[in-house]
Amino acid sequence: MQSTVSVMPLIVVLISALAAIPISMSGRYPNLREFWTLLAASAKFLLVASMVPWILAGNTYELTLFQVLPGLAIAFKVDAFGILFALVASSLWIVTSAYSIGYMRGLKEHAQTRYFCFFALSLSATLGVAFASNLLTLYIFYEFLSLSTYPLVTHHQDEEARSGGRKYLTFLLGTSIGFVLPAMLITYAMTGTLSFSGEGIFADKAAGFPLWILLLMFLFGFAKAGIMPFHSWLPAAMVAPTPVSALLHAVAVVKVGVFCIVRIITGVFGLDLLAAQNLNSIIVYIAGFTVIVASLIALSQDNLKRRLAFSTIGQLSYIVMAVGLTSGKGVIGGMVHIAMHAFGKITLFFCAGAIFVATGKKYVSEMVGIGKRMPITMLAFFFGSLSVIGLPPGGGLISKWYMVLGALEADKIPILVFYLISSLLNAAYFLPIAYKAFFCTPEESMFENKIDEAPLWCLVPLAVTALCSIVLFFYPQPFFNLAKLAVGI
Amino acid sequence: MFFELFPASVVEQAPVLVVAIPLLSALVISIVGVVNQKYVLPLTILSMAGSLIASLITLQRVIEHGPISYHLGSWIPPIGIEYFVDHLNAPVLVLIAAVSFLTAIYSKDVIRSEVPDKIPSYYVIYTLLVTGLLGITITGDAFNLYVLLEVAALAAYGLIALRGGRAYMATFNYIIMGTIGAGFYLLGVGYLFIKTGSLNMLDIGQILPAIYSGNAVLVAFILVMLGMWIKMAFFPLHGWLPNAYTYAPTATSCLVAPLMTKVSVYVMIRIMFTIFSADFAFNVLKWHNIIVWWAVIAIVSGSLFALAQRNLKKMLSYIIVSEIGYMVGGIWLANRDGITGATYHIFSDAMMTLCLFMAVGCICYKAKDCSFENMRWVFRRMPVTMAAFIVGAFSMIGIPPTCGFFSKWFLLSGAIKADHWGFALALIFSSLINAVLFFRLFEIGYFGKLRESKEGQEPSHHHQPKISVKEAPLSMVVPLVVVAMSLIFLGLYTNEIVTNLIDFVIPKGLMDVGS
Repeated sequence: MQSTVSVMPLIVVLISALAAIPISMSGRYPNLREFWTLLAASAKFLLVASMVPWILAGNTYELTLFQVLPGLAIAFKVDAFGILFALVASSLWIVTSAYSIGYMRGLKEHAQTRYFCFFALSLSATLGVAFASNLLTLYIFYEFLSLSTYPLVTHHQDEEARSGGRKYLTFLLGTSIGFVLPAMLITYAMTGTLSFSGEGIFADKAAGFPLWILLLMFLFGFAKAGIMPFHSWLPAAMVAPTPVSALLHAVAVVKVGVFCIVRIITGVFGLDLLAAQNLNSIIVYIAGFTVIVASLIALSQDNLKRRLAFSTIGQLSYIVMAVGLTSGKGVIGGMVHIAMHAFGKITLFFCAGAIFVATGKKYVSEMVGIGKRMPITMLAFFFGSLSVIGLPPGGGLISKWYMVLGALEADKIPILVFYLISSLLNAAYFLPIAYKAFFCTPEESMFENKIDEAPLWCLVPLAVTALCSIVLFFYPQPFFNLAKLAVGI
Repeated sequence: MFFELFPASVVEQAPVLVVAIPLLSALVISIVGVVNQKYVLPLTILSMAGSLIASLITLQRVIEHGPISYHLGSWIPPIGIEYFVDHLNAPVLVLIAAVSFLTAIYSKDVIRSEVPDKIPSYYVIYTLLVTGLLGITITGDAFNLYVLLEVAALAAYGLIALRGGRAYMATFNYIIMGTIGAGFYLLGVGYLFIKTGSLNMLDIGQILPAIYSGNAVLVAFILVMLGMWIKMAFFPLHGWLPNAYTYAPTATSCLVAPLMTKVSVYVMIRIMFTIFSADFAFNVLKWHNIIVWWAVIAIVSGSLFALAQRNLKKMLSYIIVSEIGYMVGGIWLANRDGITGATYHIFSDAMMTLCLFMAVGCICYKAKDCSFENMRWVFRRMPVTMAAFIVGAFSMIGIPPTCGFFSKWFLLSGAIKADHWGFALALIFSSLINAVLFFRLFEIGYFGKLRESKEGQEPSHHHQPKISVKEAPLSMVVPLVVVAMSLIFLGLYTNEIVTNLIDFVIPKGLMDVGS
């Protein structure tokens, strides 16, 4: 276990924010602009990947930027869990950039330069959260992410976007200023530090009621994780263009919320303390409630993107529930599920967007027989949903397997039931879409029997992510090794 | 080493130069103004720059060698007037000089459009106002402070009324309230003089502890405090402020809004900890809990009033009323973090108020009035101005790493440590209201229409109106950008500011006070 001081984390975080400058200046030459985006995305991914071997050897990178308060700095520390998340976010940014090009040009959207600019900025914020070494740094980038995604959510600049954006900011800023900020200050007042540590920072410093309150404040404060009742910003944010929903509201933003909660559970409270104080049951049952309710709501949604949004809410709480079990296997499963769900869910969103670009359809009930027109898209949709449900050959099975093992290890049988019920519900709201797309009588079919897919820039990315989620079923080791390292097994 | 660039005599005399440069240049400007209007502004800027340099030298001397006592005319205090500069007022001097320097540059074009026929007199009064503020801050003499308080106030009345129209009535209200405030202060100083026979702050501070239990001392304290609360517009004594700041010429708002109230907060701290003591304020009186609750009311009502406004400058003015509650409450929390937060907030609030008033000034300059209507499509028309405006707004909301976050950090932590949950909740409430206030503006700027207006048809997002960039002149935009960047730097160097300056302000033995 070694730690080196290195500017790598700073470069990785800043590279996309810096790319926003050439992107904004080359607004008149779309090809050049997209070149900058793709260049920054690839560079970001390669830099993250280059850090992996050092981390896998059990080491960390550290960097202190500003000593802003006595004993408190804006600082980065790259560890196994951070790099796991960074890998997911940065690799999917490349794919999403390609997809954005197809989608935005396909629909002739306005203000594309602004769009790519803020997309790059929000990726910086995401990686900043991943590499934050203390709660203050995490909070800074968390806020920055809420704000830099606002212009993306409200991209259409119409009345619907306005109210969606309003809800988005109200929930995210309201909870972070209202809950996280005071909770952070109380934590600081009680312990004198905010740096994450493996054993947690509360050990022997607090017990009982104050811890309960703090835990709840953190759990609901990071509303990006979509734990009910602070979830309704997510469906509202679906007014955004689909690539935004795909990368941000299926992967980056929501996973940042989950990431923060996992950091709080493992790095601030510490697994042992939570188990000893029996606080883990609070987490598990709050998350379990969200899992079931969100899945039930998803069943009733006809708008495809909204259905996906509620499915995301449920899946996020899966992760929180798994980590809340505080058993080794559960935590590993939860961490890996961040990656597995990301690849599966982004595929589904890409498909929804591709359908919209090619046919203009938004509702599930209008998609009967669409498999005949867009076979590749719908095949990808099928594999994506397998992964999210947790059926072979989808990567989601592996992480779900571990989560279930975690529930057994923690001796919490009711949680097992939660997992099983919700898996059935997942299957119930996803499989009929794929089924109806391919298997319907000619009279039922709403599409002509002629293949007409979305543009290649849309089609290739979604095929790639679908393939990835299958590959992850056979080769889940990279993420597993990182998660094991993070848990310390 | 900054002050080694200057001859020893300049360094030696720096404290008096801070005030003397603008005072004397006011005279020069009034003469030059008669001859040729062209030289008025450069002279003003030059004198502000001189004052800024002198105050920086003073600040550095204080950091390196501790407090400075400067005897005016070499008369020995307590008979003579003493200039007393320590870790509290040295940075306030720099703040005043810097703000007035930047505002002087900023005023170049906007003044020509607002009071075209009174430019020389405008800058004479401007320099006198700055003289007054610097004098209030630097002096160590309680009566001298009153004199300069009036110099500053009279100059401010003039600067506001120059705009004409509704500014006359606003100024009249301000004169009445301001005079009452100054009157209270003078009366209080009179009591102190009768009891102690001295006007020198340090001297009074040494004599008073023996007679803390006397009623006259109590009355003196109340009067002086009331006077300053009126001057700083502490709710419900704020009635004069919103109109005065709204209808003043833009450059006046930019000078007065950040400085006047903040200097009054400084004077309050000076009175509480130098003339009186933390022991008197928190242990003998035991009122701090009530006053913090009062501050809570100030914060909440200031925020709510701000929410009801439809004029940009008026909205900002009510935010000031709410921010004053932050500072008064923070001081009276009577613990280390609270006082640190309040003192730090003097600087951060001054800079972010300046930033917002400057940005709004740019928007109003282009649109000729300050209603919310003018925010339509403003992101496309004035991208640079809006970037700065966003930084200022984030600082008001308290989003890191801007300085507003860190003052809130200390204040909240003070509230938590003092177990004063009401104050903590009020701070969070006002942050959230600020978020609503500013994002409401951003919505108008971004979506191009007010929520209420039904006129016209919804622009489809594929066919938006073509709008070209039309920024305010460089003389306005450059100072604005400098101020916006300073908000971030101030935030990132919080630790340095706190350990080098504010830690020395905390009264000794505070830990056993009040708890």
